[in-house]
Amino acid sequence: MTRDISQNAAQRIAQRFPGLAAEAAPAGIVVPAESLLEIAAFLKENPDLALDYLAAITAVDYLDHFEVVYHMTSITHNHSLMLKVRLPGRENLALPSLTSLWQGADLQEREVYDLMGIAFSGHPNMKRVLLWDGFQGHPLRKDFIYEPS
Amino acid sequence: MKEEAAPIKTETFMVNMGPQHPSTHGVFRMRLSLDGEVVVDVEPIFGYLHRGVEKLAEGRTWVQDVTLTDRLDYLASMSNNLAYVLAVEKLAGIAVPERAEHIRVIMAELSRIASHLMAVGSFLNDMGAATFTPLIYMFQEREKILDLFEMTCGQRMTFNYIRIGGVSCDLPEGFIPALTRFLGEMPRFIDEYDTYLEDNEILLARCVGVGVLPPDKAINASVSGPSLRGSGVRWDLRQADPYSIYDRLKFDIPTGKNGDVYDRYRVRMEEMRQSLRILGQSVRDLPGGDYRTKVPVTFRAPAGEAYAHLESPKGELGFYLVSDGSLSPYRFKIRAPSFINLGVLRDLLIGCKVADCVVTLGSLDIIMGEVDR
Repeated sequence: MTRDISQNAAQRIAQRFPGLAAEAAPAGIVVPAESLLEIAAFLKENPDLALDYLAAITAVDYLDHFEVVYHMTSITHNHSLMLKVRLPGRENLALPSLTSLWQGADLQEREVYDLMGIAFSGHPNMKRVLLWDGFQGHPLRKDFIYEPS
Repeated sequence: MKEEAAPIKTETFMVNMGPQHPSTHGVFRMRLSLDGEVVVDVEPIFGYLHRGVEKLAEGRTWVQDVTLTDRLDYLASMSNNLAYVLAVEKLAGIAVPERAEHIRVIMAELSRIASHLMAVGSFLNDMGAATFTPLIYMFQEREKILDLFEMTCGQRMTFNYIRIGGVSCDLPEGFIPALTRFLGEMPRFIDEYDTYLEDNEILLARCVGVGVLPPDKAINASVSGPSLRGSGVRWDLRQADPYSIYDRLKFDIPTGKNGDVYDRYRVRMEEMRQSLRILGQSVRDLPGGDYRTKVPVTFRAPAGEAYAHLESPKGELGFYLVSDGSLSPYRFKIRAPSFINLGVLRDLLIGCKVADCVVTLGSLDIIMGEVDR
Protein backbone atom coordinates (compact mmCIF):
# COMPACT_ATOMS: atom_id res chain seq x y z
CA MET A 1 0.00 0.00 0.00
CA THR A 2 1.32 3.42 -0.90
CA ARG A 3 1.68 5.41 2.33
CA ASP A 4 0.80 9.07 2.61
CA ILE A 5 3.72 11.04 4.08
CA SER A 6 2.18 14.50 4.48
CA GLN A 7 3.03 14.78 8.21
CA ASN A 8 6.58 13.57 7.81
CA ALA A 9 7.22 15.77 4.77
CA ALA A 10 5.80 18.86 6.50
CA GLN A 11 8.15 18.32 9.47
CA ARG A 12 11.18 17.80 7.28
CA ILE A 13 10.45 20.88 5.24
CA ALA A 14 10.11 22.88 8.46
CA GLN A 15 13.52 21.58 9.61
CA ARG A 16 15.25 22.19 6.32
CA PHE A 17 13.72 25.59 5.57
CA PRO A 18 13.27 27.35 8.94
CA GLY A 19 10.82 30.21 8.89
CA LEU A 20 9.00 28.84 5.88
CA ALA A 21 5.42 27.90 6.53
CA ALA A 22 4.47 24.52 5.08
CA GLU A 23 0.87 24.22 6.16
CA ALA A 24 -0.58 20.77 6.50
CA ALA A 25 -3.81 20.65 4.49
CA PRO A 26 -6.12 17.61 4.68
CA ALA A 27 -4.09 14.83 3.07
CA GLY A 28 -1.36 17.11 1.75
CA ILE A 29 0.80 20.15 2.34
CA VAL A 30 0.61 23.71 1.09
CA VAL A 31 3.82 25.58 0.30
CA PRO A 32 4.43 29.18 -0.82
CA ALA A 33 4.79 29.69 -4.56
CA GLU A 34 8.15 31.46 -4.40
CA SER A 35 9.91 28.52 -2.72
CA LEU A 36 8.20 25.79 -4.77
CA LEU A 37 11.26 24.94 -6.83
CA GLU A 38 13.66 24.52 -3.91
CA ILE A 39 11.14 22.54 -1.87
CA ALA A 40 10.40 20.27 -4.83
CA ALA A 41 14.12 19.72 -5.36
CA PHE A 42 14.51 18.88 -1.67
CA LEU A 43 11.61 16.40 -1.79
CA LYS A 44 13.08 14.72 -4.82
CA GLU A 45 16.74 14.61 -3.75
CA ASN A 46 16.38 13.77 -0.05
CA PRO A 47 17.15 10.03 0.22
CA ASP A 48 14.46 9.39 2.86
CA LEU A 49 11.73 11.11 0.88
CA ALA A 50 12.98 10.40 -2.67
CA LEU A 51 9.79 11.48 -4.42
CA ASP A 52 11.12 10.47 -7.80
CA TYR A 53 7.88 10.16 -9.73
CA LEU A 54 5.69 13.17 -10.48
CA ALA A 55 2.38 11.44 -11.07
CA ALA A 56 0.09 14.36 -11.83
CA ILE A 57 -0.13 18.15 -11.98
CA THR A 58 -3.45 19.88 -11.95
CA ALA A 59 -5.05 23.19 -11.07
CA VAL A 60 -8.35 24.07 -9.46
CA ASP A 61 -10.11 27.41 -9.84
CA TYR A 62 -11.61 28.60 -6.52
CA LEU A 63 -12.54 32.01 -7.98
CA ASP A 64 -10.63 34.07 -5.39
CA HIS A 65 -7.54 31.93 -5.83
CA PHE A 66 -6.11 29.06 -7.85
CA GLU A 67 -4.67 25.94 -6.37
CA VAL A 68 -2.03 24.00 -8.29
CA VAL A 69 -1.82 20.41 -7.06
CA TYR A 70 1.17 18.11 -7.51
CA HIS A 71 0.78 14.39 -6.86
CA MET A 72 4.20 12.91 -6.18
CA THR A 73 5.12 9.30 -5.60
CA SER A 74 8.29 7.59 -4.51
CA ILE A 75 8.81 4.40 -6.49
CA THR A 76 11.84 3.71 -4.29
CA HIS A 77 9.93 3.78 -0.98
CA ASN A 78 6.34 3.38 -2.19
CA HIS A 79 4.90 6.47 -0.52
CA SER A 80 3.16 9.52 -1.89
CA LEU A 81 2.59 13.18 -1.19
CA MET A 82 0.13 15.77 -2.38
CA LEU A 83 1.74 19.19 -2.63
CA LYS A 84 -0.32 22.31 -3.17
CA VAL A 85 0.48 25.88 -4.09
CA ARG A 86 -2.06 28.71 -3.80
CA LEU A 87 -2.09 31.58 -6.24
CA PRO A 88 -4.31 34.57 -5.43
CA GLY A 89 -5.85 36.71 -8.18
CA ARG A 90 -6.77 35.91 -11.76
CA GLU A 91 -4.32 37.78 -14.01
CA ASN A 92 -0.68 37.13 -14.89
CA LEU A 93 -0.40 34.01 -12.81
CA ALA A 94 2.96 32.30 -12.82
CA LEU A 95 4.80 29.53 -11.03
CA PRO A 96 8.33 28.19 -11.40
CA SER A 97 8.42 25.23 -13.76
CA LEU A 98 9.48 21.83 -12.41
CA THR A 99 10.69 20.56 -15.79
CA SER A 100 14.30 20.90 -14.62
CA LEU A 101 13.57 18.25 -11.97
CA TRP A 102 11.04 15.99 -13.69
CA GLN A 103 10.69 15.65 -17.42
CA GLY A 104 7.17 14.44 -16.73
CA ALA A 105 6.18 18.00 -15.81
CA ASP A 106 6.58 19.16 -19.40
CA LEU A 107 3.25 18.23 -21.00
CA GLN A 108 1.31 18.53 -17.76
CA GLU A 109 2.41 22.11 -17.14
CA ARG A 110 1.52 22.97 -20.70
CA GLU A 111 -1.92 21.50 -20.13
CA VAL A 112 -2.43 23.57 -16.99
CA TYR A 113 -1.35 26.66 -18.90
CA ASP A 114 -3.63 25.83 -21.81
CA LEU A 115 -6.79 25.15 -19.85
CA MET A 116 -6.30 27.19 -16.67
CA GLY A 117 -4.04 30.02 -17.75
CA ILE A 118 -1.24 29.61 -15.25
CA ALA A 119 2.15 30.11 -16.86
CA PHE A 120 5.27 28.25 -15.72
CA SER A 121 8.45 30.27 -15.86
CA GLY A 122 11.53 28.39 -16.98
CA HIS A 123 9.52 25.92 -19.04
CA PRO A 124 11.33 25.27 -22.34
CA ASN A 125 8.20 25.34 -24.50
CA MET A 126 5.41 27.20 -22.74
CA LYS A 127 2.59 27.12 -25.27
CA ARG A 128 -0.84 25.55 -25.66
CA VAL A 129 -0.96 21.81 -25.99
CA LEU A 130 -4.57 20.75 -26.63
CA LEU A 131 -6.13 23.91 -28.06
CA TRP A 132 -4.80 25.85 -31.01
CA ASP A 133 -2.54 28.88 -30.73
CA GLY A 134 -5.11 31.55 -31.56
CA PHE A 135 -7.64 30.36 -28.98
CA GLN A 136 -8.90 33.04 -26.60
CA GLY A 137 -9.25 32.29 -22.91
CA HIS A 138 -8.71 29.24 -20.73
CA PRO A 139 -11.78 27.00 -20.74
CA LEU A 140 -11.40 25.23 -17.40
CA ARG A 141 -11.65 28.52 -15.52
CA LYS A 142 -14.98 28.92 -13.81
CA ASP A 143 -15.67 32.30 -15.45
CA PHE A 144 -14.98 31.10 -18.98
CA ILE A 145 -17.84 31.72 -21.35
CA TYR A 146 -17.83 30.01 -24.70
CA GLU A 147 -18.77 32.30 -27.56
CA PRO A 148 -18.78 30.58 -30.92
CA SER A 149 -17.46 32.98 -33.52
CA MET B 1 40.11 17.94 -67.32
CA LYS B 2 39.33 16.53 -63.92
CA GLU B 3 36.67 18.35 -61.95
CA GLU B 4 37.05 18.81 -58.23
CA ALA B 5 34.12 17.03 -56.50
CA ALA B 6 32.29 19.67 -54.51
CA PRO B 7 30.88 18.45 -51.18
CA ILE B 8 27.17 17.71 -51.55
CA LYS B 9 25.09 20.36 -49.89
CA THR B 10 22.49 18.84 -47.59
CA GLU B 11 19.80 20.32 -45.42
CA THR B 12 17.26 18.92 -43.03
CA PHE B 13 13.70 18.86 -44.20
CA MET B 14 10.38 18.63 -42.49
CA VAL B 15 7.83 15.86 -42.93
CA ASN B 16 4.38 15.73 -41.44
CA MET B 17 3.41 12.29 -40.28
CA GLY B 18 -0.28 12.45 -39.63
CA PRO B 19 -2.75 13.68 -38.52
CA GLN B 20 -4.36 11.09 -40.79
CA HIS B 21 -1.61 8.51 -40.96
CA PRO B 22 -2.79 4.92 -40.45
CA SER B 23 -0.13 4.27 -37.83
CA THR B 24 -1.15 7.11 -35.56
CA HIS B 25 -4.26 5.31 -34.31
CA GLY B 26 -6.49 8.32 -34.38
CA VAL B 27 -5.75 11.89 -35.19
CA PHE B 28 -2.19 12.53 -34.14
CA ARG B 29 0.57 14.37 -35.90
CA MET B 30 4.33 14.15 -35.66
CA ARG B 31 6.32 16.94 -37.26
CA LEU B 32 9.58 15.25 -38.12
CA SER B 33 12.78 17.06 -39.05
CA LEU B 34 14.82 14.67 -41.12
CA ASP B 35 18.40 14.47 -42.19
CA GLY B 36 17.99 11.95 -44.98
CA GLU B 37 16.45 8.94 -43.25
CA VAL B 38 17.45 9.98 -39.75
CA VAL B 39 15.16 11.86 -37.40
CA VAL B 40 16.79 15.02 -36.07
CA ASP B 41 13.84 16.42 -34.19
CA VAL B 42 10.20 15.64 -33.65
CA GLU B 43 7.31 17.63 -32.35
CA PRO B 44 4.17 15.69 -31.40
CA ILE B 45 1.04 17.72 -32.14
CA PHE B 46 -2.34 16.66 -30.82
CA GLY B 47 -5.60 17.99 -29.45
CA TYR B 48 -7.60 17.31 -32.61
CA LEU B 49 -9.99 15.19 -30.57
CA HIS B 50 -10.25 17.53 -27.59
CA ARG B 51 -13.82 17.54 -26.37
CA GLY B 52 -13.30 19.23 -23.03
CA VAL B 53 -14.36 16.20 -21.01
CA GLU B 54 -13.14 17.76 -17.77
CA LYS B 55 -15.31 20.80 -18.34
CA LEU B 56 -18.31 18.77 -19.52
CA ALA B 57 -18.14 16.72 -16.35
CA GLU B 58 -18.62 19.86 -14.23
CA GLY B 59 -22.02 20.35 -15.84
CA ARG B 60 -23.33 16.82 -15.29
CA THR B 61 -24.17 14.93 -12.13
CA TRP B 62 -21.84 12.56 -10.33
CA VAL B 63 -23.84 9.60 -11.61
CA GLN B 64 -23.96 10.81 -15.22
CA ASP B 65 -20.22 11.41 -15.35
CA VAL B 66 -19.55 7.68 -15.56
CA THR B 67 -20.64 7.81 -19.20
CA LEU B 68 -18.02 10.44 -20.02
CA THR B 69 -15.25 8.18 -18.76
CA ASP B 70 -16.28 5.47 -21.25
CA ARG B 71 -15.12 7.74 -24.01
CA LEU B 72 -11.56 8.26 -22.82
CA ASP B 73 -9.71 5.04 -23.50
CA TYR B 74 -12.46 3.49 -25.58
CA LEU B 75 -10.59 0.20 -25.90
CA ALA B 76 -10.75 -0.36 -22.16
CA SER B 77 -13.81 1.53 -21.00
CA MET B 78 -14.35 -0.70 -17.99
CA SER B 79 -11.04 0.44 -16.48
CA ASN B 80 -12.03 4.07 -16.95
CA ASN B 81 -15.40 3.51 -15.29
CA LEU B 82 -13.66 1.83 -12.40
CA ALA B 83 -11.04 4.53 -11.89
CA TYR B 84 -13.63 7.30 -11.69
CA VAL B 85 -15.95 5.30 -9.47
CA LEU B 86 -13.08 4.46 -7.11
CA ALA B 87 -12.37 8.16 -6.69
CA VAL B 88 -16.03 8.97 -5.97
CA GLU B 89 -16.28 6.13 -3.48
CA LYS B 90 -13.12 7.31 -1.77
CA LEU B 91 -14.53 10.81 -1.55
CA ALA B 92 -17.91 9.73 -0.23
CA GLY B 93 -16.75 6.73 1.80
CA ILE B 94 -19.04 4.24 0.09
CA ALA B 95 -18.43 0.55 0.79
CA VAL B 96 -18.91 -1.85 -2.11
CA PRO B 97 -20.27 -5.41 -1.70
CA GLU B 98 -17.82 -8.25 -2.12
CA ARG B 99 -19.56 -9.65 -5.18
CA ALA B 100 -19.36 -6.30 -6.95
CA GLU B 101 -15.62 -6.09 -6.25
CA HIS B 102 -15.10 -9.46 -7.90
CA ILE B 103 -17.22 -8.54 -10.90
CA ARG B 104 -15.24 -5.31 -11.27
CA VAL B 105 -11.94 -7.14 -11.26
CA ILE B 106 -13.24 -9.61 -13.84
CA MET B 107 -14.29 -6.76 -16.11
CA ALA B 108 -11.08 -4.78 -15.61
CA GLU B 109 -8.90 -7.76 -16.45
CA LEU B 110 -10.97 -8.70 -19.49
CA SER B 111 -10.52 -5.09 -20.61
CA ARG B 112 -6.80 -5.39 -20.13
CA ILE B 113 -6.64 -8.47 -22.34
CA ALA B 114 -8.83 -6.84 -25.00
CA SER B 115 -6.73 -3.67 -24.95
CA HIS B 116 -3.40 -5.53 -25.11
CA LEU B 117 -4.68 -7.68 -27.97
CA MET B 118 -5.50 -4.53 -29.86
CA ALA B 119 -2.18 -2.93 -28.92
CA VAL B 120 -0.10 -5.88 -30.05
CA GLY B 121 -2.20 -6.50 -33.16
CA SER B 122 -2.01 -2.95 -34.41
CA PHE B 123 1.64 -2.68 -33.45
CA LEU B 124 2.48 -5.67 -35.64
CA ASN B 125 0.31 -4.23 -38.33
CA ASP B 126 2.27 -0.96 -38.20
CA MET B 127 5.41 -2.97 -38.64
CA GLY B 128 4.09 -4.03 -42.01
CA ALA B 129 3.65 -7.68 -41.08
CA ALA B 130 1.55 -8.78 -44.05
CA THR B 131 -1.73 -7.00 -44.62
CA PHE B 132 -3.83 -6.91 -41.51
CA THR B 133 -3.21 -10.57 -40.67
CA PRO B 134 -1.96 -10.03 -37.10
CA LEU B 135 -4.70 -7.56 -36.36
CA ILE B 136 -7.50 -9.78 -37.59
CA TYR B 137 -5.94 -12.67 -35.72
CA MET B 138 -6.14 -10.69 -32.51
CA PHE B 139 -9.68 -9.63 -33.29
CA GLN B 140 -10.79 -13.25 -33.13
CA GLU B 141 -10.10 -13.42 -29.41
CA ARG B 142 -11.06 -9.85 -28.67
CA GLU B 143 -14.43 -10.60 -30.19
CA LYS B 144 -15.06 -13.23 -27.55
CA ILE B 145 -14.36 -10.69 -24.82
CA LEU B 146 -16.68 -8.16 -26.42
CA ASP B 147 -19.36 -10.88 -26.56
CA LEU B 148 -18.94 -11.37 -22.82
CA PHE B 149 -19.36 -7.63 -22.25
CA GLU B 150 -22.39 -7.52 -24.50
CA MET B 151 -23.92 -10.41 -22.62
CA THR B 152 -23.43 -8.53 -19.35
CA CYS B 153 -24.56 -5.01 -20.13
CA GLY B 154 -25.74 -4.95 -23.74
CA GLN B 155 -22.83 -2.82 -24.96
CA ARG B 156 -19.66 -3.66 -26.81
CA MET B 157 -17.73 -0.45 -26.40
CA THR B 158 -19.11 2.22 -24.08
CA PHE B 159 -20.45 0.22 -21.19
CA ASN B 160 -21.42 2.52 -18.33
CA TYR B 161 -21.46 -0.73 -16.38
CA ILE B 162 -19.39 -0.01 -13.29
CA ARG B 163 -21.39 2.44 -11.20
CA ILE B 164 -20.95 4.29 -7.94
CA GLY B 165 -21.56 1.66 -5.25
CA GLY B 166 -21.19 -1.43 -7.43
CA VAL B 167 -22.16 -2.41 -10.94
CA SER B 168 -25.34 -1.67 -12.91
CA CYS B 169 -26.65 -5.25 -13.05
CA ASP B 170 -25.68 -8.70 -11.92
CA LEU B 171 -23.84 -11.14 -14.16
CA PRO B 172 -26.32 -12.86 -16.46
CA GLU B 173 -26.96 -16.56 -16.49
CA GLY B 174 -24.44 -18.30 -18.69
CA PHE B 175 -21.73 -15.67 -18.15
CA ILE B 176 -19.52 -17.76 -15.90
CA PRO B 177 -19.62 -20.85 -18.18
CA ALA B 178 -18.80 -18.64 -21.18
CA LEU B 179 -15.95 -16.97 -19.31
CA THR B 180 -14.61 -20.34 -18.13
CA ARG B 181 -14.62 -21.55 -21.71
CA PHE B 182 -12.71 -18.44 -22.76
CA LEU B 183 -10.18 -18.94 -19.97
CA GLY B 184 -9.61 -22.47 -21.24
CA GLU B 185 -9.03 -21.42 -24.85
CA MET B 186 -7.03 -18.26 -24.42
CA PRO B 187 -3.69 -19.69 -23.15
CA ARG B 188 -3.47 -21.91 -26.22
CA PHE B 189 -4.04 -18.89 -28.40
CA ILE B 190 -1.28 -16.88 -26.72
CA ASP B 191 1.09 -19.84 -27.07
CA GLU B 192 0.27 -20.11 -30.74
CA TYR B 193 0.89 -16.43 -31.23
CA ASP B 194 4.21 -16.69 -29.46
CA THR B 195 5.25 -19.61 -31.66
CA TYR B 196 4.90 -17.39 -34.68
CA LEU B 197 6.35 -14.24 -33.23
CA GLU B 198 8.56 -14.60 -30.18
CA ASP B 199 11.68 -15.52 -32.13
CA ASN B 200 10.57 -14.26 -35.49
CA GLU B 201 13.63 -12.90 -37.21
CA ILE B 202 11.93 -9.94 -38.83
CA LEU B 203 10.24 -8.94 -35.60
CA LEU B 204 13.51 -9.14 -33.71
CA ALA B 205 15.33 -7.14 -36.36
CA ARG B 206 12.73 -4.41 -36.25
CA CYS B 207 12.30 -4.28 -32.46
CA VAL B 208 15.40 -5.23 -30.53
CA GLY B 209 17.47 -2.20 -29.59
CA VAL B 210 14.97 0.23 -31.14
CA GLY B 211 13.37 3.03 -29.12
CA VAL B 212 15.31 2.31 -25.94
CA LEU B 213 13.90 3.93 -22.81
CA PRO B 214 16.27 3.70 -19.81
CA PRO B 215 14.56 3.09 -16.43
CA ASP B 216 15.66 6.34 -14.75
CA LYS B 217 14.43 8.33 -17.73
CA ALA B 218 11.11 6.46 -17.68
CA ILE B 219 10.58 7.32 -14.00
CA ASN B 220 11.70 10.91 -14.44
CA ALA B 221 9.30 11.40 -17.34
CA SER B 222 6.34 9.96 -15.37
CA VAL B 223 5.91 7.09 -17.83
CA SER B 224 3.58 4.37 -16.55
CA GLY B 225 2.12 1.04 -17.54
CA PRO B 226 3.76 -1.55 -19.79
CA SER B 227 6.09 1.13 -21.16
CA LEU B 228 7.52 1.69 -17.67
CA ARG B 229 7.73 -2.02 -16.88
CA GLY B 230 9.34 -2.71 -20.26
CA SER B 231 12.25 -0.64 -18.97
CA GLY B 232 12.63 -2.98 -16.03
CA VAL B 233 10.84 -0.98 -13.32
CA ARG B 234 8.65 -3.28 -11.25
CA TRP B 235 5.84 -0.84 -10.64
CA ASP B 236 2.27 -1.95 -11.01
CA LEU B 237 -0.41 -0.17 -8.99
CA ARG B 238 -2.31 -3.42 -8.57
CA GLN B 239 0.49 -4.48 -6.23
CA ALA B 240 2.14 -1.19 -5.28
CA ASP B 241 -1.12 0.43 -4.15
CA PRO B 242 -3.78 -2.31 -4.28
CA TYR B 243 -7.39 -1.29 -4.87
CA SER B 244 -10.53 -3.40 -4.95
CA ILE B 245 -9.50 -7.00 -4.13
CA TYR B 246 -6.12 -7.06 -5.83
CA ASP B 247 -4.30 -7.51 -2.52
CA ARG B 248 -5.79 -11.01 -2.30
CA LEU B 249 -4.93 -12.10 -5.83
CA LYS B 250 -1.73 -13.83 -6.85
CA PHE B 251 -0.01 -12.73 -10.02
CA ASP B 252 3.43 -11.73 -11.26
CA ILE B 253 4.55 -8.43 -12.72
CA PRO B 254 6.37 -9.05 -15.99
CA THR B 255 9.21 -6.65 -16.69
CA GLY B 256 11.66 -6.12 -19.53
CA LYS B 257 15.43 -5.72 -19.40
CA ASN B 258 16.47 -3.35 -22.15
CA GLY B 259 13.51 -1.01 -22.36
CA ASP B 260 13.29 -1.36 -26.12
CA VAL B 261 10.30 -1.85 -28.38
CA TYR B 262 10.62 -5.62 -28.10
CA ASP B 263 10.48 -5.55 -24.28
CA ARG B 264 7.35 -3.45 -24.27
CA TYR B 265 5.76 -5.92 -26.66
CA ARG B 266 6.81 -8.88 -24.49
CA VAL B 267 5.47 -7.25 -21.34
CA ARG B 268 2.03 -6.92 -22.94
CA MET B 269 2.03 -10.54 -24.04
CA GLU B 270 3.00 -11.73 -20.55
CA GLU B 271 0.49 -9.45 -18.87
CA MET B 272 -2.27 -11.19 -20.78
CA ARG B 273 -1.24 -14.51 -19.23
CA GLN B 274 -1.19 -12.90 -15.78
CA SER B 275 -4.65 -11.44 -16.37
CA LEU B 276 -5.89 -14.93 -17.13
CA ARG B 277 -4.49 -16.08 -13.78
CA ILE B 278 -6.31 -13.24 -12.03
CA LEU B 279 -9.53 -14.05 -13.85
CA GLY B 280 -9.27 -17.70 -12.83
CA GLN B 281 -8.96 -16.71 -9.17
CA SER B 282 -11.74 -14.15 -9.17
CA VAL B 283 -14.14 -16.55 -10.88
CA ARG B 284 -13.22 -19.27 -8.41
CA ASP B 285 -13.82 -17.02 -5.40
CA LEU B 286 -16.86 -15.18 -6.75
CA PRO B 287 -19.22 -14.87 -3.78
CA GLY B 288 -22.99 -14.52 -3.85
CA GLY B 289 -24.84 -11.56 -2.42
CA ASP B 290 -25.71 -8.11 -3.63
CA TYR B 291 -24.00 -6.56 -6.64
CA ARG B 292 -24.33 -2.96 -5.49
CA THR B 293 -24.83 -0.56 -2.65
CA LYS B 294 -27.77 1.60 -3.59
CA VAL B 295 -26.83 5.16 -4.39
CA PRO B 296 -29.57 7.69 -5.15
CA VAL B 297 -29.76 9.25 -8.61
CA THR B 298 -29.46 12.61 -6.89
CA PHE B 299 -26.22 11.55 -5.27
CA ARG B 300 -24.16 14.37 -3.75
CA ALA B 301 -20.56 13.72 -2.79
CA PRO B 302 -19.61 15.45 0.47
CA ALA B 303 -17.41 18.52 0.13
CA GLY B 304 -13.75 17.61 -0.12
CA GLU B 305 -11.28 16.15 -2.52
CA ALA B 306 -9.93 12.73 -3.44
CA TYR B 307 -7.37 11.24 -5.78
CA ALA B 308 -7.71 7.60 -6.80
CA HIS B 309 -5.66 5.76 -9.37
CA LEU B 310 -5.47 2.32 -10.88
CA GLU B 311 -3.39 0.34 -13.31
CA SER B 312 -5.23 0.65 -16.58
CA PRO B 313 -3.95 -1.23 -19.64
CA LYS B 314 -2.16 1.96 -20.70
CA GLY B 315 -0.71 2.92 -17.31
CA GLU B 316 -1.62 4.91 -14.24
CA LEU B 317 -5.12 6.24 -14.77
CA GLY B 318 -6.03 8.67 -12.01
CA PHE B 319 -8.97 10.85 -11.12
CA TYR B 320 -8.65 13.90 -8.89
CA LEU B 321 -12.09 15.04 -7.84
CA VAL B 322 -13.06 18.14 -5.90
CA SER B 323 -16.56 18.41 -4.51
CA ASP B 324 -18.40 21.39 -3.06
CA GLY B 325 -21.22 19.18 -1.87
CA SER B 326 -23.45 19.76 -4.89
CA LEU B 327 -24.87 17.46 -7.55
CA SER B 328 -21.86 17.78 -9.86
CA PRO B 329 -18.12 17.69 -9.36
CA TYR B 330 -16.46 21.07 -8.80
CA ARG B 331 -13.30 19.83 -10.52
CA PHE B 332 -12.89 16.64 -12.47
CA LYS B 333 -9.27 16.00 -13.38
CA ILE B 334 -8.16 13.01 -15.39
CA ARG B 335 -4.58 11.83 -15.12
CA ALA B 336 -4.38 10.20 -18.53
CA PRO B 337 -1.48 7.75 -18.96
CA SER B 338 -1.38 7.96 -22.78
CA PHE B 339 -1.03 11.74 -22.62
CA ILE B 340 1.84 11.69 -20.16
CA ASN B 341 3.60 8.75 -21.84
CA LEU B 342 3.82 10.85 -25.00
CA GLY B 343 6.31 13.06 -23.17
CA VAL B 344 9.13 10.63 -23.96
CA LEU B 345 8.33 10.25 -27.63
CA ARG B 346 10.84 12.88 -28.67
CA ASP B 347 13.65 11.22 -26.72
CA LEU B 348 12.85 7.84 -28.23
CA LEU B 349 12.67 9.03 -31.82
CA ILE B 350 15.64 11.37 -32.17
CA GLY B 351 18.39 9.53 -33.99
CA CYS B 352 16.26 6.70 -35.31
CA LYS B 353 15.14 6.03 -38.87
CA VAL B 354 11.77 7.16 -40.22
CA ALA B 355 10.51 3.60 -40.46
CA ASP B 356 11.24 3.06 -36.75
CA CYS B 357 9.04 5.99 -35.77
CA VAL B 358 5.96 4.00 -36.54
CA VAL B 359 7.09 0.98 -34.56
CA THR B 360 8.19 3.06 -31.58
CA LEU B 361 4.92 4.98 -31.45
CA GLY B 362 3.02 1.70 -31.71
CA SER B 363 4.99 0.25 -28.81
CA LEU B 364 3.93 3.12 -26.52
CA ASP B 365 0.29 2.18 -27.18
CA ILE B 366 -1.36 5.57 -26.99
CA ILE B 367 -5.03 6.17 -27.54
CA MET B 368 -6.23 9.54 -28.71
CA GLY B 369 -9.53 9.53 -26.85
CA GLU B 370 -7.49 9.66 -23.68
CA VAL B 371 -4.67 11.91 -24.89
CA ASP B 372 -6.96 14.67 -26.08
CA ARG B 373 -9.87 14.22 -23.67
